[in-house]
Amino acid sequence: MDFEPVIGLEVHAQLTTKSKLFCACSTEFNAPANAHVCPVCAGHPGTLPVLNAKAVEHALKAALALDCKVNLRSVFARKNYFYPDLPKGYQITQFDLPICQHGHLDIEVGTRSKRVGITRIHMEEDAGKSVHAQGYSLVNLNRAATPLIEIVSEPDIRSAEEAGAYLRKLRIKNVNSFRFVEKAIDYEINRQTQLIQSGGQVLQETRTYDSGKGVTISMRGKEEAHDYRYFPEPDLIPLMISQETLETVRSKLPELPDQKRDRFIAELGIPAYDSAVITSSRKLAEFFEVAVSRCGNAKAVSNWVMGEMLRLLKLDEREVDDMEMQPDELGALIRMIDAGTISNTIAKTVFEEMYKTGQDPEAIVKEKGLMQISDTSAILQAIDKVIAGNAGQVAEYRSGKDKLMGFFVGQVMKQMGGKANPGVVNELLKRKLGATS
Amino acid sequence: MILSLHEKLTTRKISSVELAKHYLARIKLDKTNSYISVEGNEALKMAAAADTRLAAGENVTLLTGVPLGIKDLLCTKDMITTCASKILADYRPPYDATAIVRLKSAGATFLGKLNMDEFAMGGSNESSAFGAVRNPVNHDYVAGGSSGGSAAAVKAGLAAATLGSDTGGSVRLPAAYTGTVGLKPTYGSVSRYGLVAFASSLDQIGPLGVSAEDCAILLSAIAGGDASDSTCAPRPSADYLELMKDAGARKYRIGLPKEYFIGGLQKEVAGSIDRVVQALKKAGHTLVDISLPHTEYSVAVYYIVAVSEASSNLARFDGVRYGARLAGDRSLAEMYKQTRSLFGEEVKRRIILGTFALSAGYYDAYYKKACQVRRLIKNDFDKAWQRVDLVLAPVSPTTAFKLGEKTADPLQMYLNDIFTVPANLAGLPGISVPAGRDAKGLPVGVQFIGKPFAEAELLALAKFVESEVYSEGVDHGL
Repeated sequence: MDFEPVIGLEVHAQLTTKSKLFCACSTEFNAPANAHVCPVCAGHPGTLPVLNAKAVEHALKAALALDCKVNLRSVFARKNYFYPDLPKGYQITQFDLPICQHGHLDIEVGTRSKRVGITRIHMEEDAGKSVHAQGYSLVNLNRAATPLIEIVSEPDIRSAEEAGAYLRKLRIKNVNSFRFVEKAIDYEINRQTQLIQSGGQVLQETRTYDSGKGVTISMRGKEEAHDYRYFPEPDLIPLMISQETLETVRSKLPELPDQKRDRFIAELGIPAYDSAVITSSRKLAEFFEVAVSRCGNAKAVSNWVMGEMLRLLKLDEREVDDMEMQPDELGALIRMIDAGTISNTIAKTVFEEMYKTGQDPEAIVKEKGLMQISDTSAILQAIDKVIAGNAGQVAEYRSGKDKLMGFFVGQVMKQMGGKANPGVVNELLKRKLGATS
Repeated sequence: MILSLHEKLTTRKISSVELAKHYLARIKLDKTNSYISVEGNEALKMAAAADTRLAAGENVTLLTGVPLGIKDLLCTKDMITTCASKILADYRPPYDATAIVRLKSAGATFLGKLNMDEFAMGGSNESSAFGAVRNPVNHDYVAGGSSGGSAAAVKAGLAAATLGSDTGGSVRLPAAYTGTVGLKPTYGSVSRYGLVAFASSLDQIGPLGVSAEDCAILLSAIAGGDASDSTCAPRPSADYLELMKDAGARKYRIGLPKEYFIGGLQKEVAGSIDRVVQALKKAGHTLVDISLPHTEYSVAVYYIVAVSEASSNLARFDGVRYGARLAGDRSLAEMYKQTRSLFGEEVKRRIILGTFALSAGYYDAYYKKACQVRRLIKNDFDKAWQRVDLVLAPVSPTTAFKLGEKTADPLQMYLNDIFTVPANLAGLPGISVPAGRDAKGLPVGVQFIGKPFAEAELLALAKFVESEVYSEGVDHGL
């Protein structure tokens, strides 16, 4: 029997604000325990939350990036449960009226593209952190009330690979980091398949992934699920977002990867596949754009990036941003090729040197004497030598064997250490071989 | 009272320190159990600072050097704040409530923290972990609640004026039972920051005093927008003493809701309303019969909304960060269980009721339905405002009852809130003012309810009752 895995994901992402969601405490990471705590985030009696406007702006950016419909009126709610690192005994979140709903994210799996629906994104505060030791527990409230969004997908995902593509795409959009999800999904697909095939039933439960053992483990079943007793948070008035605010946020939105991909195709004329690869990483796309701006030859930049550069990076297991070579240099290299200063063959050598050292291509060419020779007298000298030394082939060529031209060009280039301008060599060879007949 | 104290203080007939000592001496002899904690040294320090201001003639307000009592539900960083609960018996907040900050900057003196029902849950001030408050008029009777200490202290002369809080009548009811004036401001006119929450959508800090003017002076000092409370209206405070003068010069259409004058109303309560009605007519106001048809549901709605919010608001008292902690066998469940067993019976009852009303499968039938009916109750008032400017009503069906009389029957106790909870549910201001005594000599109060932010009109009409209908008289031994 075949099964179709049906997967939906809930992704938590921290909004990168300087202060917490409901008080002025810092969100600084790795501060000493309980350094960033005030009466409000410690849940002292009588304190009240005040919503961080910056966090709302960040949440709206995520909403627009995922093509969600923004609710101009959304409502915060209390999610009630007891835990020592939850200071108020409830988490302030959003429940039936989240900040946005009904979005989507387009992912590419192999050559296939697919749309994953976004059910909703809601804003909420994080809890603190509990540290359990032998016989006692410690609570650190630095993280308490750190602003988060939860991105809930529709159950549109059908494989671990698609889930990975979805998460990677979210990460490009700068809203998430993740690990082990694909492994956990594959494990679950196998576990549930085997369970059903052996006559068992899949139960609704919360499971956790043990990355060390590579297995998922049940945390709690449905009957142990909390009754969170959600109700509207009476300490906060409904969050009203004006059309004007929304437009301001939209105007500040950076270009999204999909928009960038389409622009590279339309304006720079590079192939769709190249554009998709280049815009799959913000850093790579930036590198590409700078290089293009330096040489004006997008197709050439795309070829170098897609070919040599990514090949070398993959070989070294390195990322674009820790590469020695800068986009300015690649642009300069392409300019030299286009100007006929160096040949493509030489350029490959220069590129490898640039990649290794980050050196300027002109300096490399000068230092290694790789400048292309277009001086006809030097080339004619070499041609005469080749004709003199290959009388048989010359005769064959002259009797109609045109294919031998390549052989002559190769021989001349060899004579000149590869530095001769191939166009000039061709022209002079043709003239020389024809002239003697 | 405050105006005459201010006159004595500014003309140096008495110093702030002398005044504080006068009240502290009276508190020592108190038989009403009005205070949970008396902070003599702190009071004298504040009074001395006020004397410096008075001597220099700088920064002097009507409250500079005036000794006040504070309901023990408001956070004060220099004074223990118990909420009349064992669970916070030793709790010293790390901050001052906004209302406290404002009174401090006005130069007021705080004598101590006043008794109340535990976490403001009760109508008779008998649920306090520190004992019931007795009515100063007759010690066998309750002072009303939950701000029983705040009302009794004003009546017994244990503070010049006080702050209470009103979630379902907790300022107005004890004011009526003790013969004092109590104002519940519009929801959102006084910051709740630092008021320990009972029911967040209903709670409001309110002043109690021997006169409407005293309430006006306190309200002027504590009202106005606050960036720390999102539910507080972003409008500045006002000089309510001036505003009530202007308001007192106008004529009003005053509504008498028929649902408030039903069987079970004590005859002296009805009689007092009649006398007020006659005086108002004589003064040129128009009395109009109106209907607030959903009044009968208000107690039911209130006891669902209030307990639901309370069940969540009181979750933070878990023994982890502050307050009492009973560690038990050192397991988490035991710590919660034992620590939270420190709550009194009434608080436990309300937490359980609220937890039930919000739980899966019951939410729609209880909490959600209650919120819908709450809207209908508010709509009743909105409709009434098309015909009248204010509403005149009893504060409670009867005068004060005997201590212990209703403690065995919570439902009877809850029904006592029938005339006060509608104003909270609709977010409207209400004032209770003395309008006579019953056959047993117990005070009778009447209530005016106004449109949002109509505090000045309420204060003006309360002053009208004081001067034209009935005066309780006041004796603080000065």
